[in-house]
Amino acid sequence: MSSISIQLINLFAAFLLLLAFAMLVQRRIINLVHMYALQGLTVVAATSVVAYVTNQEHLYYTAAITLVLKVFFIPWILHRLIKRLNVRWEIETLINIPSTMLVGIVVVVFAFNLALPVSKLSSSVSPGTLGIALACFLLSFMMMITRSKAIPQVISFLSMENALVFAATSATYGMPMVVELGIALDVLVGVFILGLFMFQISEQFESLDISHLESLKEE
Amino acid sequence: MLSGPPINWVLLVIGAWLAIGFLGIVALRIFGIVAKIFFPLGGLAGFVLAIISAKALTSGVVESRVLPIGLPQLQFHLRMDQLSSFFLLILGVTTVGISLFSAGYFRKGAGTAPGLLCLEFHFFLASMALVLIADDAYSFMLAWESMALSSYFLVTANHRIPKIRAAGFLYLCIAHIGAIAILLSFGILQANTGDYTFANMRLQEISPFWASAAFLFAIFGFGAKAGILPLHIWLPEAHPAAPSPVSALMSGVMIKMAVYGFLRVAFDLLHIQIWWWGVLLLALGIATALFGVIFATVQTDMKRLLAYSSIENIGLLFAAMGLALLFRSYGMNELSALALTASLYHVGAHALFKSLLFLTTGSVLHATGERNLGKLGGLIRFMPWVTGLALIGILASSGLPPFSGFVSEWLLLQSFLFTPGLPQSFLNMLVPVAAASIALVAALAGYAMVKFFGVVFLGQPREEKLREAHDAGTLEKLGMLWLALATVVLGLAPNFLLRFIDPVTQILVGKGLASSSRANGWWLITPTSLERASYSPIYFLLGVALASALVFVVVRIFYHGRLRRSPAWSGGHAWQNARMQDTAEGYGQPIRQIFESFFDLERHLPRPEESEPEYRVVVNDKFWKGLYLPIARITEFISAQVGRLQQGRISIYLLYSFLTLLVTLLMVPGVRR
Repeated sequence: MSSISIQLINLFAAFLLLLAFAMLVQRRIINLVHMYALQGLTVVAATSVVAYVTNQEHLYYTAAITLVLKVFFIPWILHRLIKRLNVRWEIETLINIPSTMLVGIVVVVFAFNLALPVSKLSSSVSPGTLGIALACFLLSFMMMITRSKAIPQVISFLSMENALVFAATSATYGMPMVVELGIALDVLVGVFILGLFMFQISEQFESLDISHLESLKEE
Repeated sequence: MLSGPPINWVLLVIGAWLAIGFLGIVALRIFGIVAKIFFPLGGLAGFVLAIISAKALTSGVVESRVLPIGLPQLQFHLRMDQLSSFFLLILGVTTVGISLFSAGYFRKGAGTAPGLLCLEFHFFLASMALVLIADDAYSFMLAWESMALSSYFLVTANHRIPKIRAAGFLYLCIAHIGAIAILLSFGILQANTGDYTFANMRLQEISPFWASAAFLFAIFGFGAKAGILPLHIWLPEAHPAAPSPVSALMSGVMIKMAVYGFLRVAFDLLHIQIWWWGVLLLALGIATALFGVIFATVQTDMKRLLAYSSIENIGLLFAAMGLALLFRSYGMNELSALALTASLYHVGAHALFKSLLFLTTGSVLHATGERNLGKLGGLIRFMPWVTGLALIGILASSGLPPFSGFVSEWLLLQSFLFTPGLPQSFLNMLVPVAAASIALVAALAGYAMVKFFGVVFLGQPREEKLREAHDAGTLEKLGMLWLALATVVLGLAPNFLLRFIDPVTQILVGKGLASSSRANGWWLITPTSLERASYSPIYFLLGVALASALVFVVVRIFYHGRLRRSPAWSGGHAWQNARMQDTAEGYGQPIRQIFESFFDLERHLPRPEESEPEYRVVVNDKFWKGLYLPIARITEFISAQVGRLQQGRISIYLLYSFLTLLVTLLMVPGVRR
């Protein structure tokens, strides 16, 4: 593999990590959606590079599906949802932004340490990529924890999935086509179901604030 | 007639019961068919079962089958030996009476649909039969659990009443805890071979420590089903809740399944017997018997009274088995056979008379709608049949000659008289105390039974509506008559049942009573030798009849001879009404005074200035407050601590998964350097 392609993949990986942090601190929902689309685009680019370098045809299909689904279709659905539910307002987080950032840095360090022994086992993987993919995954998970509205939680769930796809393609050069198709379908169905839930929640509680769900707790 | 291997017939009967049960589903709400056809058919199957097992007992054939059902590698191993056959005989005979009674008893529109009741009832019978012929732990536990479940649904037949649901829950809870203990006991018995057939367990020679562990688990597990102290609390709750035929089946037959299981483990599967096992069992049995009978005397609900009386009888059974175990551990097999015979005889006697008594409470309940002893009375004039049949049950239950209860208690006391032969001197000192307690229990049982009969059937009706009470229907009468007849036969011809008990004690301890007992004629039982002790119910009956006839004639001839009707026990009062009669509370009061430390009494006494004075006394079981409530509180506390994890906030739940993920990742080998 040429050094330029490795540099490219590392560049995309760094961009992805940056985006993950940006999403962690972003307050406006509409911007979150834009960032999600950007994240998807980065994954598409990384996948295409890997496909070009390794000459695996099916990775092009993967990139194409990702492009259609995660860059255009799902952001479009989310835009519509936001319009329909009228939730453009700023979102409040459960923990304040600076401390979230600090915890995020700790998580990234943890992820890199975790990825180090794993990437040592394999010669084809650049040590940074897997660490970044893992860090993105954990940061998205953290974002899901710190947000109190339903839509940002869905977006963070989707970005978790992006991180997984990135880990699969960039670190290990792709999964079998069937698995990828399956994941794509899962995401699509997941978005529809979550969208449905959000309508139900907002109808029932006249708000998308999930703290209302606390009343469902058993006493 | 009925030729072929007996075990095939038993399987056929089980199949018939299951088929009848499922037919009940088909005819879910067609009351006439379910009641008047299916239940008598089930009784017929029980009759076949009784004949088959009697034949198997006398022919002495032991047969095994392996049914290819169940999981692969875990087929059903079935085996019908003398011990199984004896209990199958009891099951069959009792079922005939109870099924006939049920055909006339169940009414329309009472809780569960009749077809469902039919399914549960016959499923219950089939699983009891399967318990008795199971020959591996897997099929045994399967049958045991389906027995518990089907009886749970029968107990909660009127599930719309919260109190009945609570009673059912308590029963199910204790049944499951017991089942776990039985499973552990089997787990020890298979001695790490991984082979759970009883045939394999018999071959294992486990160390005394593990054998004792298996024995203790067996006592706990089977004791929970039988109702020995302190696991008895479900009995007085479940029996009043259940329909009467179900109570009869549970008290008469189901708790005997626990006796069967215990005998199977202690005498058949375990290769050694240790002397302190017998002492422990004897002590537990006597404590249970004493506890049960004392509580029976102070009850005010007729079915609760009988439930406590069942606890007492189970205590006697366990005491007899403990004595048999004690003799067995010292190699005194003849005496062990004597004690075991007493216990098995009592199994038969109690199954019949207790079922009979529960069935009579069912008839009383239908006729009057009352279970409370304080509102019954004087039913002898409105329900003469039920009264007469109940009297037979009462006499047998009080252990009076010439009825069946006397034979077993007499045999039990006989075996106590032989204990001076035991090699340990301190046992020789303790056992007479036990014998004295047995005598006390027998006397108090009579007291409780007199209370039951006297308050319900004698005297004057305590409520106006009792005057409209009607006697039991034909089918109900037939069912009770069958049980009463069997009770009388057991009482008058003890050698009849001893013939069937003999093969059982032969295989369990290698000795039997029948030959020596019958040596002096079929009418006389002599457990050891004629010089030592003998009892002939026929002579006794003749003597009693002669004496009564003589007194009658003498009074007619030499006294004035006039017939005079006057209120009984009027105590010198010029007139008497129903409220002035001795009540259930009043009758039990002396016992309540003497044994006050046994009870947890809640007494409300009226003050002089009260315009509407009220007297109330509630007798509670000390085990509730002392044992069960603390356990319940600890369980609740632990659950509340675990419940703190549940915050109701999605973020917290997500945090749990996040932390779990991090910790799991940390455990990946090579990460922690």
